[in-house]
Amino acid sequence: MTIVENLRFLGHRIVNAVWRIGYASRFFMLILFYSGTSFRRFHLTVKELFSSGVMSLIIILVAGTFVGMVLGLQGYETLKRYGSESALGSLVALSLVRELGPVLAALLFASRAGSAMTAEIGLMKATEQISAMEMMAINPIARVVAPRFWAGVISMPLLSALFSAMGVFGGYVVGVVLIGVDQGSFWSQMQAGVDFQHDIVNGMIKSFVFGVAVTAIALFEGYDAPPTAEGVSGATTRTVVESSLTILFLDFILTAFMFQGE
Amino acid sequence: MKRTTLDLWVGIFVVAGLAALAVLALKVGNLSTYNVSETYQLQAHFSNIGGLKPQASIKSSGVLVGRVAQISLDPERYEAKVTMTIDKRYQFPKDTFANILTSGLLGEQYIGLIPGGDEAFLKAGDEIKKTQSAVVLEDLISRFLYSKAEDSKQVDKQPN
Repeated sequence: MTIVENLRFLGHRIVNAVWRIGYASRFFMLILFYSGTSFRRFHLTVKELFSSGVMSLIIILVAGTFVGMVLGLQGYETLKRYGSESALGSLVALSLVRELGPVLAALLFASRAGSAMTAEIGLMKATEQISAMEMMAINPIARVVAPRFWAGVISMPLLSALFSAMGVFGGYVVGVVLIGVDQGSFWSQMQAGVDFQHDIVNGMIKSFVFGVAVTAIALFEGYDAPPTAEGVSGATTRTVVESSLTILFLDFILTAFMFQGE
Repeated sequence: MKRTTLDLWVGIFVVAGLAALAVLALKVGNLSTYNVSETYQLQAHFSNIGGLKPQASIKSSGVLVGRVAQISLDPERYEAKVTMTIDKRYQFPKDTFANILTSGLLGEQYIGLIPGGDEAFLKAGDEIKKTQSAVVLEDLISRFLYSKAEDSKQVDKQPN
């Protein structure tokens, strides 16, 4: 008897998951379909750019600097053994531009801005503001969801570029100013090692993809949240967990495509 | 529509992000060293290119004059065909010698051009006839070991 119940439970979970995936895909298509409005009334998007992009600036800049400093310290310790401290610049810059910049900026963005988006839209739904908009013949996806989506997609590559730049600065401070690696070789090795198209453009493509994924997940979780206090808090947690895992998974896929055959 | 302080902050954010991208491109990346000047293409056949890759540098007297554009196998000669993009400011004589060299013991491989004395210059699409293949470290070591073995054989024979 219990076996049948377990089977039923498992089947219910799987069917539910597939159902949710389908609903999420339809939601994503609706965002793209109604995004025309968010460009025509651009001040809506600008307002969201402020709350998701500008408000994430501090955490991104500080985190980037410290990550770069740690890279400088650890990289120096390892490279010193092989007498190749001069490669510190290219080590710091390559790891930031290719991986750490896009990935860490996206993880921070997911927990800083993604969770806020979910909570906001979830509460809007719980307090029936979304239904009120529908009553007034205002499309909530065009008015509320699409501007937030495009704000996230626009700010993610910018934040990741800022993260990488601050990281390189942090690596410079530790490597050149504090430890005393030669300044000339630090920058010249960096420029020799980092290719604009291969590394920087690919890193930007990564962060663009992460931006789409994080904001789409955050908005969907908020829109799909049960209209209760518990439902909103659960949705916020799911946003952070799901988008973090999605970022790391997508990073693996994108890296495999971009940097294969080297 | 009124201008608000919010617009200013968003403006600062976008400008800072684009500036960071520019810093990455110019200071960190190699966009500043990309030659935007005009180029022409040359070809060369090598019997072995070793670890040469597309985008590898082409140097003459240590100065960067171009990059490797494309590497393919010539199906008729069974040799590697390397297409090189050279900066138009630099002209090379017809009897220029192309060498595949290694920077440092285990560093990257690049093509070194040694100009000859011919008065006619290579034109776009021409082929560099005189080439020398990459030095493969394993070949060197095996040749060295082989010659050592030969030496010791001779030493063995001498007392007789």
